[in-house]
Amino acid sequence: MGQDPELLRRLLRAKDRMDASSHEDWPVPRLARVSGVSEAHFARSFKDAFGVPPHRYLLTRRIERATALLRETELSITDIALETGWQSLGTFGRTFRDVTGESPGELRARHRAAPGEDEHIPVCFLRAIWRPALTMAVSEKRRLAADATKGSDQTEEP
Amino acid sequence: MSQGVQVVGIYVRDQDEALAFYVDKLGFAVHTDARGGGYRWLTVQHPEQPSFQLGLFATTSPMMDAATTQALAELVAKGAMPPLVLVVDDCRAAHAQLLARGVEVTQEPVERYGSVDAGFRDPSGNGWKMIEARRSA
Repeated sequence: MGQDPELLRRLLRAKDRMDASSHEDWPVPRLARVSGVSEAHFARSFKDAFGVPPHRYLLTRRIERATALLRETELSITDIALETGWQSLGTFGRTFRDVTGESPGELRARHRAAPGEDEHIPVCFLRAIWRPALTMAVSEKRRLAADATKGSDQTEEP
Repeated sequence: MSQGVQVVGIYVRDQDEALAFYVDKLGFAVHTDARGGGYRWLTVQHPEQPSFQLGLFATTSPMMDAATTQALAELVAKGAMPPLVLVVDDCRAAHAQLLARGVEVTQEPVERYGSVDAGFRDPSGNGWKMIEARRSA
């Protein structure tokens, strides 16, 4: 069953806005307003259209941006956390590890050791390739990890 | 040059709307606008690129069944079509001009590795990156 293309075009606008300003807060009412959709229908429509709930999409964009800043700049990890929209370094570090499997510092060190050879792909598209594929909620990922070891259960952020 | 790629097309939800966008807002010129049997072959050209035509093809066409048409319309509206890149001399100036013309800008100009890029969409949802040509040293 399909979705109304006219609705999809407006949902795309909400996605574009998150892409452009992923460091900002994007509560559902704000996104719904961008799309001209009721708050009640927004999250479901967005997930139907793009495969992930809006807050999880935002999370992947923040991780993607943080990854780029870790690779390309000398900014401190604290500065990167704040610049990409996290309230605290702890939340950033924990979420980053949960999503990517390594800490921000480890990722930076790995890329320093092996600089990329992907300069033939335009940078703006390369960014999207680094975007993590979040097929499950971060909280679920944590639960699975906790089953294997032992750990606390966190709620998904942002 | 006598051999090479002549036409590459994109899908648009409405050809009149797309024509107005690519001509009035982006400054392209109409190359061919021909109709026949419920089909419209519409191509435009960049003013500095006479050997290449950008086709603006409707998602609705007599060649496709209703389900395919619907699927295509959804993909275009979701921004799922392939990347499009426009090379410009001055990305910031081009961006300012697009803004002034009311184009839906999706990314402000960003400088990376000595080049500048920005992003915008056409009314259908096709996403363009506008990249400043790197000045050769």
